[in-house]
Amino acid sequence: MNLIALSWNYIKAKPLNMLLNMLLMGLGIAIILVLILLSTQLEDNLSKNKKGVDLVVGAKGSPLQLILANVYHIDFPTGNIKLQEAKDLTRNRLIASAIPLALGDNYRGFRIVGTNHDYVQLYEASIAEGEIWRNNLDVVVGANVAEKLQSKIGDSFFGAHGLSVEDMDHDEMSYHIVGILEKNNSVIDNLILTNIESVWAVHEHEEEHEEEEHGLPQVGSAYETGFPEGDEDAEITSMLIKFRSPMGAVTLPRMINANTNMQAASPAFETQRLFSLLGIGVDLLKAFAAIIIIIAGLSIFISLYNALKDRKYDLAIMRSLGASKTKLFIHVILEGVIITVLGGALGFLLGHGLTEFLAGLYEKSDDIGLTGLVFVNQEFIVMLISVGIGILASIIPAINAYKTDISEVLAKE
Amino acid sequence: MIVIDNLSFGYSNHKILSIPHLEVKESEHLLVLGSSGSGKTTLLHILGGLLAPKQGKVIIGETDLYKLSGSQRDKYRGQNIGLVFQKAHLITALSVQDNLLLTQYLAGMAQDKGRVKEVLEELGLGEKRKKSVRELSQGEQQRVTIARALLNRPRIILADEPTASLDDKNAQKVIELLKSQAEHYKASLLIATHDQRVKDQFELQLNLATA
Repeated sequence: MNLIALSWNYIKAKPLNMLLNMLLMGLGIAIILVLILLSTQLEDNLSKNKKGVDLVVGAKGSPLQLILANVYHIDFPTGNIKLQEAKDLTRNRLIASAIPLALGDNYRGFRIVGTNHDYVQLYEASIAEGEIWRNNLDVVVGANVAEKLQSKIGDSFFGAHGLSVEDMDHDEMSYHIVGILEKNNSVIDNLILTNIESVWAVHEHEEEHEEEEHGLPQVGSAYETGFPEGDEDAEITSMLIKFRSPMGAVTLPRMINANTNMQAASPAFETQRLFSLLGIGVDLLKAFAAIIIIIAGLSIFISLYNALKDRKYDLAIMRSLGASKTKLFIHVILEGVIITVLGGALGFLLGHGLTEFLAGLYEKSDDIGLTGLVFVNQEFIVMLISVGIGILASIIPAINAYKTDISEVLAKE
Repeated sequence: MIVIDNLSFGYSNHKILSIPHLEVKESEHLLVLGSSGSGKTTLLHILGGLLAPKQGKVIIGETDLYKLSGSQRDKYRGQNIGLVFQKAHLITALSVQDNLLLTQYLAGMAQDKGRVKEVLEELGLGEKRKKSVRELSQGEQQRVTIARALLNRPRIILADEPTASLDDKNAQKVIELLKSQAEHYKASLLIATHDQRVKDQFELQLNLATA
């Protein structure tokens, strides 16, 4: 027998009370944990994917859409920009590097991205199997793509027009898989990479006429870096720009937005804007969860307070058996702490379980790398706060226990 | 064993308990008589270190009870004074055995299941050891409180109306147990009562109404 066992026995004697308090505490904590897990993972993911990209230049439209489409490959592109105009822009001395992107097709929901090897290096991705592409219509697929579609080196497939699965196939020209990327936990895991000219070829083929091809594979004109050669009608979707100096951030976006037919958007700024929009919702839910936790604290307080009224004799008897005032104080505090710790453990399991469940329910979550099986430091703080609430809730009952007048209670028989 | 000197206590002006001198020796039994409100319970609480007197000294063995600090007095009480009350007042959330283990724990003594078993068997409660307190009859519960009072081998046993809520048979049993156990442990026994059934069984009596 010790104080913890004693407190535990009292809790066990009122199982329904304990269950209610534990559930309330657990629910509040679970909601907060789900929010913390989701938002930190999302934030981590978004910041990892925008690393190394200072500015995205694309067609005019919503800047947020431009970022979502070209950096995170979630939304649809805003449109296309002229290759020539894009090339001209890159001569600006504030631009250190520019990676062109051509979007527009997918294969079973995975986006086909026309780009160059710089894009692979941007995400520090490496080839797991096969080799990197060089020829037009050769592709390298991301790790998730290979896993989901069971792709092998040497497979061929037809791309589908548009960015979602149901769209029409380009059934004249097929892509050939020459390489598979190592899993990288970034957006590149879910992409199919090729030359910009491949994307052009597939589209031209459809719009125009049978040309001279079905011949030998052509090496792309800029598969390693830079922009491919194209005619004056040639278009790309966007380019990812890295500044030479911070001055770029000040002057370039304004210059591009005012003087060209293109639009510039900063991933840092736009994701921050997105988060401040989402943040209102997240904060609201967190406040809601905080209220549940406070109610749980209140409920623990009320049940302890009421229980101790019935236990006045018990406390007096314990004092008469030699327990000091401090021991009784700790005994009551422990009761509150045990309930909150159990509630916290329940909330922890529930929160992680729920996150994992939600992640499994939402098919895109694999792309973003959502999981309930990680631990975030913030959770520790939430746990500490809830134990604090448990102590707070039991402090008044504990003070009452401390002040028990043994003689008076025992004499009132 | 117990020495009281110049003791007085008053809840209010007209209800004053006053005992100039009283001594109870080792193994001696004293019956404290008096109608309700005569101060029996107050005297027992003062002797048990539960209630500080207005003035005067209480010496148990060699210890001046009210010269100890609050927590020292709690500990001294736990280890040396066995208390039995009118109602059983066991911790209902615990089993019989756990009630007794708690008694050892709270007094700051080693928890000894063998000792618990021994005391319960002495009082004929051996087979009730694992039972919940709620499953016991009133007489059995009162016997458990006696077991609790004896568990730490106290030097004095204070019993406040231990028979008031028991029938004749159980009352007799409790008195006999208290007497025999007090002798067994060589403890001084003080019983406060206004129960006529008990009166004739003790030689040494203190009548508070007349004191």
